[in-house]
Amino acid sequence: MAHALVAEKHPLDDLIRTDRMPHIWCPGCGIGIVMRCYAQAILESGIPVEQHVIVSGIGCAARTPGYMNLDSYHTTHGRPIPFATGLKLVKPDLMVTVFSGDGDLAAIGGNHLIHAARRNVDIKVICINNFNYGMTGGQVGPTTPLGAKTTTTPFGNPEHPFNLPYLLAAAGAVFVSRWTTIHARQVKEDILYTFRKPGFTFIEVLAPCPIGFGKSNNIDEGVEEMWLYRRRCVLAGRVPDETPWEALQVDLREERPIVVGRFVDEERPVYRPVRLEDKPSEHRG
Amino acid sequence: MKGRAILTGEHFMHGDHACTEGAIAAGCRFFAGYPITPSTEIAERMAQRLPEVGGVFIQMEDEIASILAIIGASAAGTRAMSATSGPGFSLMMENIGLAVMMEIPIVIVDVQRGSPSTGLPTLPGQADVMQARWGSHGDYAIAAYAPWSPQEMFDLTVLAFNVADRFRIPVMVMSDEVVGHMVERVVIPPEEQIPRWERKRPTVPPENGFRPFLAEDDDLVPPLAHAGEGYRVHFTGLTHDERGYPDMSAETHHRLVTRLVEKVRRNADAMIRYEGYGLEDAKIVVISYGCTARSARRAIAQARAAGIPAGLLRLISLWPFPEKPLRELARQAEAFIVAEMNLGQMICEVERYVAQPVIGVNHAGGAMIPPAPILEAIEEVATRGARIGRRKASAG
Repeated sequence: MAHALVAEKHPLDDLIRTDRMPHIWCPGCGIGIVMRCYAQAILESGIPVEQHVIVSGIGCAARTPGYMNLDSYHTTHGRPIPFATGLKLVKPDLMVTVFSGDGDLAAIGGNHLIHAARRNVDIKVICINNFNYGMTGGQVGPTTPLGAKTTTTPFGNPEHPFNLPYLLAAAGAVFVSRWTTIHARQVKEDILYTFRKPGFTFIEVLAPCPIGFGKSNNIDEGVEEMWLYRRRCVLAGRVPDETPWEALQVDLREERPIVVGRFVDEERPVYRPVRLEDKPSEHRG
Repeated sequence: MKGRAILTGEHFMHGDHACTEGAIAAGCRFFAGYPITPSTEIAERMAQRLPEVGGVFIQMEDEIASILAIIGASAAGTRAMSATSGPGFSLMMENIGLAVMMEIPIVIVDVQRGSPSTGLPTLPGQADVMQARWGSHGDYAIAAYAPWSPQEMFDLTVLAFNVADRFRIPVMVMSDEVVGHMVERVVIPPEEQIPRWERKRPTVPPENGFRPFLAEDDDLVPPLAHAGEGYRVHFTGLTHDERGYPDMSAETHHRLVTRLVEKVRRNADAMIRYEGYGLEDAKIVVISYGCTARSARRAIAQARAAGIPAGLLRLISLWPFPEKPLRELARQAEAFIVAEMNLGQMICEVERYVAQPVIGVNHAGGAMIPPAPILEAIEEVATRGARIGRRKASAG
């Protein structure tokens, strides 16, 4: 027979719930690429698979835990970070990753996002940013650019979007980076890097949503958005000295650079619960 | 020196503190909360005590974060609790449903105050008791207890943890400002006398195809695998099959939700608690709970002294509702009086089980209902007979 080399097993098979395929994501969606990067980082991390926990909220990106063969928790809309906080604090040996979308993390869950960053609780956040609410069919979100069309801004978005890296840096995250789905290698490397970096880390990954965001904003195909990333992405200089925070604002519809890279990588004491086990105690009746 | 987890002995103790000590004695080692009157003393004492016993205290950014944090901690295998009052209890409602659906045990204490909205932050109420049962969307069932003393703040918090763990449900301790801020004698038993019901845990190793939501036993409770144990289980608020996988079919949905509700119905006898005073020959039965039951007990004692055959059925578990003793009392009683610090909530449940007239003694909250209006209602029924007009709102 001619077809001699048939792979029986992919190295990532054990990390994927193959019995749950096909997935729900649309053709051209970027989430699967990021899930693959996460799986690859787990494989390369050397941390036993049993010690990885993935937590999400609601939305397309938040479906990822259901496809990962890990201890996985698909919580309510906006709430993966406080869930992950409780879990991590009682089992600090586990590597707890929050994998969710921009609407989930920055709108309904925005308060938890900034407070977890402020506390510097040791959880790893991967935020897929596709500039809209994809699962519900393309509504305006906290990252939708000013003027962009969505099903709930048919005349253009009258609101200003969040600049997520700037927000997270201000809130106190010890690691903040941004890539796009064309930067699969960098995304994987940063996930791996954050596994080894204690504290609250945040990786934003811009991802095409051709059905929800693209079609209303003249980016009809996922691959077209990938070309756009390739053409326009530039690596940040040192922020804010060489590249100001404001330059990190993204609008896919405008012919201007999309700044990617690592923006924050610093040391700050990690949140640890108070323990007094070795100290004397007084009891009131 | 490590702090003692169980403060065995006799104490003169604040209700909120007794609740804290009950939780710690029950093995609670994680508390997440947000300051809110009149429950704040629970958080404050937790902040002092948990670090002493190797537990974790965290003050979260709101009550939504608090309930999620305790669900997360419990999913990792730690007994976890939050305490709040009406406004915070409302914020927690959506995720009561998450704990129900994921079948992750949690304990929530609601020290009730005057409501709705901001209401009366420093004064008592009992108007969250239906919210405890029905506050989250959808069909589900939970357990809820109403302590009437600091001693019961201790005892029922222990029971709440045991019921939550044994049946994998959220359990509420529905206290009120009066009981929460009352200082009274509390006896904390020695460790070996504190009951402990454990979680059902997987008995097969991870590689043998453990199905995390398969309830094979008659109690309909599946074994619980914790994060990090190698079972690699999926938990979701979506409708799911026995593997934990989302399944958007009507059949799976009906099967799952029916089991979640039936699980509580079938095990209700293990959860239900109540107490009777003078019920043996009672023709007029007063039903009450929490701080109001203290006044009710005084009222029936006064009625009996005046020769009126009155008795008190004190609800300790509000949910599941103690319907059996009520049905039995319906064979002897001529009328029922329900005294509660709201405008008529548990009275609706009483009316479901009895054919006799049911009269409410109600107050919207802010001050305890004293014995007098309850006694008046008893006397009126005794002298004039129960009016079918019912729902007498008195107790001004």
